[in-house]
Amino acid sequence: MKRAALIAIALLLLLVPLLHLAFPPGHALHLSEFYVGLLGKFLCFAICALALDLIWGFGGILSLGHGLFFALGGYGMGMYLMRQIGREGQYQSDLPDFMVFLNWKALPWHWALSDSLVGQIFLALAVPGLLAAVFGWFAFRSRIQGVYFSIITQALTVAAMLLFFRNETGFGGNNGFTDFKRIAGMPLNTPGMKVGLCIASGVALIGCYLVARWLTQSRWGRILQAIRDAEGRVRFLGYDPVAFKLSAYVISALMCALAGMLYVPQVGIINPGEMSPAASIEMAIWAAVGGRGTLIGPVLGAFFVNGTKSVFTAVWPEGWLYVLGGLFIVVTLFLPAGLVGLARRFGK
Amino acid sequence: MTPELMEAGAEARARSFTRVVTDDGPVFNQGVALYVEDLKVAFDGFQALGGLSFTVGVGELRCVIGPNGAGKTTTMDCITGKTRPDSGRIFFGSNLNLRTMNEQQIARAGIGRKFQKPTVFEALTVAENLELAMAGDRRARVAMRARLSGEQQDRMTELLHTVHLADERQRVAGLLSHGQKQWLEIGMLLAQEPKLLLLDEPVAGMTDEETERTAELFLSLEGKHSLVVVEHDMSFVATLAGAQRTVTVLHEGQTLAEGTMAQVQSDEKVIEVYLGR
Repeated sequence: MKRAALIAIALLLLLVPLLHLAFPPGHALHLSEFYVGLLGKFLCFAICALALDLIWGFGGILSLGHGLFFALGGYGMGMYLMRQIGREGQYQSDLPDFMVFLNWKALPWHWALSDSLVGQIFLALAVPGLLAAVFGWFAFRSRIQGVYFSIITQALTVAAMLLFFRNETGFGGNNGFTDFKRIAGMPLNTPGMKVGLCIASGVALIGCYLVARWLTQSRWGRILQAIRDAEGRVRFLGYDPVAFKLSAYVISALMCALAGMLYVPQVGIINPGEMSPAASIEMAIWAAVGGRGTLIGPVLGAFFVNGTKSVFTAVWPEGWLYVLGGLFIVVTLFLPAGLVGLARRFGK
Repeated sequence: MTPELMEAGAEARARSFTRVVTDDGPVFNQGVALYVEDLKVAFDGFQALGGLSFTVGVGELRCVIGPNGAGKTTTMDCITGKTRPDSGRIFFGSNLNLRTMNEQQIARAGIGRKFQKPTVFEALTVAENLELAMAGDRRARVAMRARLSGEQQDRMTELLHTVHLADERQRVAGLLSHGQKQWLEIGMLLAQEPKLLLLDEPVAGMTDEETERTAELFLSLEGKHSLVVVEHDMSFVATLAGAQRTVTVLHEGQTLAEGTMAQVQSDEKVIEVYLGR
């Protein structure tokens, strides 16, 4: 099951770009750019589902605010992409269009590194990582657990969304960032770049999967599972649960930020909508549908749910939310181990 | 020197003398492993412990009995840091003030506890449960790359034999029988290599044969470790206490009587409240 899923993802990663690049448009075997973009998006979502599984499936901590880390990673990359537009924007100014529109004369202080790709990648990881570390430290030290933790993480992402909606914050308000032209001097809209970003997302997913597998199979991972099942007992063995939960939470946040960073150049837009409660809840649905605590399950769940979403929004748009809700109910009631559990049951 | 200054100096000295360095282990130079004095705990007006005092010697096996609500589990909770007492003193050895330490610090200092209800990590295997309990570095960073050394592997095999779970090594703990879970928890406790073991109703739900083996195991630990066994099962306590060991009887959060099993059983007050009339 696990091997089959990994092979399927590797095949997709090889076939989709190959069919897109090797055959000219109009050829029977040509896959349009749309599918390359779709695969790239799904790969980023799969990283998020994997990240959530690490703390929810193994640590029993349900965060409903992971969209925040995803969005912060995305904004970090978006700032760089905005600066790469140069003078080709609507107003032909050195400053990004929204700043000209707001009549700003210079870049605000938090845009100091925005001309450097390396600098922004650093910020896109450091800011969400630090936020998770500080927020998590207070939450776990105060022994906030279960549904209370879910609620405050949800509140945190909503607060951030409201902050980013404001023009004064310097992130383009409710329009966010868009109209990107190039990355590292190379245009974004070439087939080669699209394929490259898609493959980079695939490599990132595989990397995150390997890290997560190594972590969960280490003693650290077993202690995390032990905390999930009997936190008090872990304390009486002399372990400090805060250190384990906090490290899991920060690693998970970093994975989400990485996904956001790869997602933005592929879809060409980032706005505060990514911090909406629904976005974070959807991540939890991907993980639950695929199967919590299995690593490969959430990856499959992200592909399955988003694949179904793509089909339904084309065929029957108004029906999608009913299907999603129904799917969640069916999984909760009948498939506690998700798709992976279903496959195991048939495998026997 | 003004009196104020002298007082301030005395205060500062007192503070530095009572400061606890938690990385140091307990010092047993007085022959006392656990010292409890005038411990008081109230829950919403209910006085669970009303001035409890007792001491446990180094290497001693002490049995504690008492009717329901006598404060046996509350006493364990206070010693292990789960419950904060309202007043009183608890010392581990002559130097560690347990009232200033949290659960994980107390555990690391060398106090292991077995709970009334067996709590093992059900999703992990028997061997993994023991591995987590085994003495060693407790930091998260270290746990990411920790491996069992050859010596620890041998210790694990030895422990599995001690608790009669050698054949269940790779079995998921959630699938064990109730008695086996009790044994696994005792194994985890031994793996921690604690200096003081607190055992809360360790034979609850065990068969007669398992109970007998447990008694043998505890008696074999006497001398190497200090043990406090809280138990309802009178025949088990009688086996453990034998003719010489001390039994403490609790009643309404205080020590009612202390002495050998024979002395305790003939005590008027004990007969009245515990053995029943």
